[in-house]
Amino acid sequence: MNIASLAPLAVVLPILGAALTFLLIRHSRAQRAVSIGLLSLTLLLECFLMAAVWDGGTVAVSIGGWIPPWGIVLVVDQFSSLMLVVSSAVSLAVLVYATGQGMADGDKDAPVSIFHPTYLILVAGVSNAFLSGDLFNLYVGFEILLTASYVLMTLGGTGPRIRAGVTYVVVSVVSSVLFLISIAMVYGATGTVNMADLAIKLGELDQGTKTLLHVMLLVAFGIKAAVFPLSFWLPDSYPTAPAPVTAVFAGLLTKVGVYAMVRTETLLFPGDTLNTPLMIAALLTMVVGILGALAQSDIKRLLSFTLVSHIGYMVFGLAMSSVVGLAAAIFYVAHHITIQTSLFLVTGLIERRGGSSSVDRLGGLAKISPLLAILFFIPGMNLAGIPPFSGFLGKVGLLQAGVELGTPLAYALVIGGVVTSLLTLLAVARVWNRAFWRRPADAEHPDPVLLAAPGQPVEGEALDDEAPADRAGRTGLAAPVLSRAGSGGSSTLVRSTLMPRTMVGPTAGLVVLGMALTVFAGPLFGLSDRAAAEMLDRGPYIHAVLGEDVTVPAVGAPAGAGK
Amino acid sequence: MSINLALLLVMGALYACGIYLILERSLTRVLLGLMLLANATNLLILATGGYSGLAPMFSKDTAAGDYNDPLPQALILTSIVISFAVTAFMLGIIYRTWVLAREDEIQDDLEDLRVAETPSFDAEDDAEIPAETSEFPLTMLGGDGQDISDHRPGSGDETSGGREAGARVHGGTATVLAGDREMPTEHAAQEEKPGSPNVKPSPEGDGQ
Repeated sequence: MNIASLAPLAVVLPILGAALTFLLIRHSRAQRAVSIGLLSLTLLLECFLMAAVWDGGTVAVSIGGWIPPWGIVLVVDQFSSLMLVVSSAVSLAVLVYATGQGMADGDKDAPVSIFHPTYLILVAGVSNAFLSGDLFNLYVGFEILLTASYVLMTLGGTGPRIRAGVTYVVVSVVSSVLFLISIAMVYGATGTVNMADLAIKLGELDQGTKTLLHVMLLVAFGIKAAVFPLSFWLPDSYPTAPAPVTAVFAGLLTKVGVYAMVRTETLLFPGDTLNTPLMIAALLTMVVGILGALAQSDIKRLLSFTLVSHIGYMVFGLAMSSVVGLAAAIFYVAHHITIQTSLFLVTGLIERRGGSSSVDRLGGLAKISPLLAILFFIPGMNLAGIPPFSGFLGKVGLLQAGVELGTPLAYALVIGGVVTSLLTLLAVARVWNRAFWRRPADAEHPDPVLLAAPGQPVEGEALDDEAPADRAGRTGLAAPVLSRAGSGGSSTLVRSTLMPRTMVGPTAGLVVLGMALTVFAGPLFGLSDRAAAEMLDRGPYIHAVLGEDVTVPAVGAPAGAGK
Repeated sequence: MSINLALLLVMGALYACGIYLILERSLTRVLLGLMLLANATNLLILATGGYSGLAPMFSKDTAAGDYNDPLPQALILTSIVISFAVTAFMLGIIYRTWVLAREDEIQDDLEDLRVAETPSFDAEDDAEIPAETSEFPLTMLGGDGQDISDHRPGSGDETSGGREAGARVHGGTATVLAGDREMPTEHAAQEEKPGSPNVKPSPEGDGQ
């Protein structure tokens, strides 16, 4: 028995955890232990899954023993296992961070007891979407994660969150309805929803029907992935959620959309019928997104716009439908999940330490907290694609693939990619200059914690979170910071730590993971190459699901101008 | 495969009404629109199951090919459950909006409006910097050698540099573009300083 047949556990364990944490809703300590323990176990299992398929070999698990085209299958291949490992590692870090924030702030701002079960359901939905080998099961995975994300988005039910939640829910439901319509049409045209079976049967349809189904699916996934004309909901809704929630949304949810687009483009509709529109969408996503980022003064909003912008790189790699391009896109997805999440987590810390997330009101953080500065600087430079980091490697891979393709549009995208990278550097440097380098006195309405005169004694021992060397810079911190949760009444003045270890630890862990992606870029690119080659070949996937005796149709459709 | 035309017409009408309703600003209408869209989609899935009149359930004297396709019905059941959950959640949100704002309408994003209204002039980035930034204030000379310490902004002397591209000169006052209107540079600079209506520190301290 193959270890990969344990794949359903990646979905079942988080759901089990959600049930347990829901029962333990009054015992926050046990709840924390259960959720972190079960998520770690899931991560461990997924590492084994990835090891099992590292050198090739797609494994399909039929749920309930029903034979594939009829039963539901979960499929583990290199791409899905890589996504599973990265997403679980990131969500574990965010869970620890959120737990730390909950312990520091109490239950007021965000009901932490509800957070744990909902979060685990979200993780289960993400895993289900990554593993699914069945179009309708993919829809169910999307719905699981979306429903959990609605709750997380509006956690606490404050005015701004409800406002942002409305946009988010309506847009997500509309995209889900579009997805469901596409499934109905696909089923009506082919009589199956199994993706491997569809890969064979969709090829037999005539070109018009095929293009219609293809466009419908891409639009539905494009809304979820926030590709340019469909991306306006994202910067509106993400920034208002609590920092850890925004972080996990930014890291995972859009990438699930990208994952689904990759499967659509490679498995269901191979060939290059829609590559030109996809490339144009990628170019516009990159450029429009980053121009939006430059106009923002709030760090969370700025990062949301860079998130939209960098989705363009992944779509670019996907739209080239060459092994090199797809491999670079896969690497880029793994890199971007880690980096974007760690940046949002750091922003959460900045907001606690500096009292605001608006660059206009921040200043002098590099002196007050050098650790925070390092934690922001490394992923920031990584996002902008400065040479030693993984962002650079991913972008170079994409640019190389674009130059190799050599069409005028590919060159336009290569130029657009470089410009976007530079503008990202500008946006990140602006945040760095203002929030970290300038004097606090230069900021507008700086928070009192930034201005507190050095020399005053630190009240309380709550600030024992950083290296001793950092102490000198932090003695300026006088005022015990009132929990921002208790802004309502003076009786609830809860003193909380500004940067508890449980929040700095996971952030630093993610930053280190981002650097590990740089150090181990060689093996990872090898894995991405193999994954891309297998996905474009389609043979391993279809054979794993339907058995060895199925003939895989050739990729170049008779009507399409294949390359 | 022949399809029930009445069902198809109902589906079309549901889609049309649903799309019309989700374009409304009122949340309750949006919710009704989403429900209509979900039900129209359920009808669409039902239509893919083949024409009516086939045996829905197993019986011994029915040939294997004469059954109705059961899969679409399973899909519809799943989608009904999901849309039920979403509807319940939306109702919760609508109630919460009503409690918070006594309003059933979608609110504007204030930060969006603020960013749109922010003048393109930024005090820190775009203020006129003397050409000589040395710490020794011997002479404050502009790029053209003129004394600029009492240089009036917008006196038409463009050689002193430092003014950003969006600034224009109207009758002796320099103006910048802020949103869709123009405002004097000095006002724009004032807006970036404490006490301006453009930056309001909220009680929660997150400066929106």
